Amino acid sequence: MKKKNDFRREPLTDTQLLMTITICIFVAMYLMAMILLGGGFLHAQQVFDMLNDNASLIIVSCGLTIVMIGGGIDISVGAVTSLVVMSCVLYLNAGGNIFVSVLIALGIGLAFGLVHGFLISYLEIQPFIVTLAGMFFARGMTTILSVNPQKAEHEGFKALRDVKIEIPWLGYTAKNGNLIPARMELGVVVAIACLILIFILLQFLRLGRNFYAMGGNQQSALMLGINVKKTRFMSYVISGLLSGISGYVFLMHTGAGNATNAAGMEMNAIASSIIGGTLLTGGVGNVIGTFFGTLTLTTIKKIVVSSGLNQPWWQSITTGGMLCFFILLQSVVLGRRAKKKKA
Amino acid sequence: MQGSSLLQMHHIEKRFPGVLALNGVDFELRKGEIHALMGENGAGKSTLIKVLTGVYQKDGGEIVVDGESVSIRSPQDAQNKGISTVYQEITLCPNLTVAENMFIGRESGAWIRQKQYEKRADELLGRLKIPARGGQQLGSCSLAVQQMVAIARAVDMKCKVLILDEPTSSLDDNEVNMLFELMRSLKKQGVGIIFVTHFLEQVYAVSDRITVLRNGELVGEYLTEELPQVELVAKMIGKELDELSSLKEVDEKKTKEQAVLYEAKGLSSTEALPFDFKIRKGEVNGFTGLLGSGRSESVRAIFGADKVTGGEVRMKGQSAKISRPIDAMKAGIGYLAEDRKRDGIIAELSVRENIILALQVLNGFFKPISRSESEAFADEYIKVLNIKTASRETPVGSLSGGNQQKVILARWLLTHPDYLILDEPTRGIDVGTKLEIQKLVLKLAEEGVSVTFISSEVEEMLRTCSRLIVMRDRHIVGELKGDELNQEQVMRTIAGGDAKNGQ
Repeated sequence: MKKKNDFRREPLTDTQLLMTITICIFVAMYLMAMILLGGGFLHAQQVFDMLNDNASLIIVSCGLTIVMIGGGIDISVGAVTSLVVMSCVLYLNAGGNIFVSVLIALGIGLAFGLVHGFLISYLEIQPFIVTLAGMFFARGMTTILSVNPQKAEHEGFKALRDVKIEIPWLGYTAKNGNLIPARMELGVVVAIACLILIFILLQFLRLGRNFYAMGGNQQSALMLGINVKKTRFMSYVISGLLSGISGYVFLMHTGAGNATNAAGMEMNAIASSIIGGTLLTGGVGNVIGTFFGTLTLTTIKKIVVSSGLNQPWWQSITTGGMLCFFILLQSVVLGRRAKKKKA
Repeated sequence: MQGSSLLQMHHIEKRFPGVLALNGVDFELRKGEIHALMGENGAGKSTLIKVLTGVYQKDGGEIVVDGESVSIRSPQDAQNKGISTVYQEITLCPNLTVAENMFIGRESGAWIRQKQYEKRADELLGRLKIPARGGQQLGSCSLAVQQMVAIARAVDMKCKVLILDEPTSSLDDNEVNMLFELMRSLKKQGVGIIFVTHFLEQVYAVSDRITVLRNGELVGEYLTEELPQVELVAKMIGKELDELSSLKEVDEKKTKEQAVLYEAKGLSSTEALPFDFKIRKGEVNGFTGLLGSGRSESVRAIFGADKVTGGEVRMKGQSAKISRPIDAMKAGIGYLAEDRKRDGIIAELSVRENIILALQVLNGFFKPISRSESEAFADEYIKVLNIKTASRETPVGSLSGGNQQKVILARWLLTHPDYLILDEPTRGIDVGTKLEIQKLVLKLAEEGVSVTFISSEVEEMLRTCSRLIVMRDRHIVGELKGDELNQEQVMRTIAGGDAKNGQ
């Protein structure tokens, strides 16, 4: 038993199990779409479009995953994203500097994160209430800044916005014989970078593991010598900061600010996290899962549209159904585990 | 093996508003000994432990660790001085790996080294013979192993004094033995262990020395082998125990002639295999067997607490259909659940509201019990059962375990049941209250109520029941009464092996 190489593998942890399920379902779903619907699904550009459209959603979902692993919730992320978009547009159109505009985005996100974190962990107010207040505040501020849509006119920014990374070998040949390379926006690179950083944080850094401990059992985390208040504070700060980044990426995608930008984004982010295997009760989850959660969510919407159900409500209905399905699946899988352990 | 003094507490005093919780208590722990700390609830043992671990600050006295007078300011401080505590509720994170649970929160630096943790954890777990692997998720281990992991963490923190606060209350016999093995091996390594528990048998199985507290004062320190069990109990509750051993004498003959109150044939539920069972009016019987033998599942089937899947039930000679708790209640059956925190008590509601709950359900919610009526009921039962509560409007959650149990008992007594099922009513409560509950059971029986009583302490059942149903592996394997009701016979039937004589 004490032999050096024990080849027996550990059974998957809850986090790994739920993540694996999500990835399998995503792959199966996508393959099915390729076979049954064909068309766009056969081109690599379909995946890149999904990434281009959802880069900012992926970023806020990462933040939300952290908060949810720690046992909390942050519903302000969509509104903060929107506020960042509007602020940056106005600043840039007033002749601002691109570098400073990035700092503004980060600053707004960070400010919201700091205030949320302080109220929630040091004054011990319910996270739902605090971030709900943050959400209304940010939405209100966005509307005060400008009721009308604002298009970014800044030349330097427009150049930055139009940067596309072209990958010819993943492209396809159009009917007229031209090769159309696969295009990826800069925002996707930012999103992937955030994803990798957060993954490293959660997996290999002390702070990241403390998030899991806190979400698993707060009392225990305290007894194990973890500074729970500081850990919780940090989770909201990171989420806020990511909302700021998300805002800038959103702006790079749309090139305009609008008071209704990113409406309902927080709910999509929560859905992505849950589908990706994050438990609302905390302690279980992973950003890789969340990434696939976002893709799953987007794919199902695309499938709905490709099947000819163009009306927007069909997307909502299928999203709702998916969410229900995943929560059920999670509770069944984890329930079976608990039963197996008992026996 | 036992050696020099490791920890001394001299004349410890601790005052709370209005009470002197500890009055000049002395305590000494030697190297390599297991020292049981005994006392009823409120005797001051948890206060003493909390003073030692820095949760409370002492008001007087001195603590000496390794010959040095120290002051302990916080649990962290205590750990740094080599005093670690493992609590009844497991204070680890089930979603992390075993290794992470052993090392998280202890080291500084931004990065964690998972592989190295797992290696060190595996080494230590192997050395302590704990059946777990470092890379395993803690939640996939049994409760006993989780407890052991908590101990391993303490050991790795180079603890000299290890405090085990009620570590065995949620473990079955097998797991308890595993834990004892571990305690003995730590003892050999020179760790001093303070063992707090309610289970007398366990104290005798594992401890070297016993210190008894009562009402915040030291009664004495004894060598375990020199203190008979009956004397220990006498010292803990401070009265002679004749009444304890001779509680029962009344029933036996009388109940034989009584009519059968409840009878089940082939009753089964999703959790319980089919079984036959009957109880006479005014009889006290018990289900015994090891944890998981199906004793609780069987009585839950009687009450309809799990989904009933088959069988015939007769109540007072008439066929009855009991498939849900409300059916059972209407038929006159009361059931006090095993886990009072989960199935019984609603901690935020007051004593009064908790007491009238079952009666209210029985009456239906459209016929509310008036305030004055419910107050009268509450006052009556607080008095009858001697429930120690500040007032009838105190939230039940703030009462001690024993008193919470009495509140639930009052709830069922108020419905005037013909048949009362008590599943582990005395778990985790002090000896004095246990005795009161046992007496109450017998008094009820005298008044004609049938009672089914379940307890993990065989002795307690022998004292109260006139008939014992023994279960093993979810089957009834024997029924003991009369002269067969002694510890040895019960153990033998539980363990199986030789057939009972006369059958």
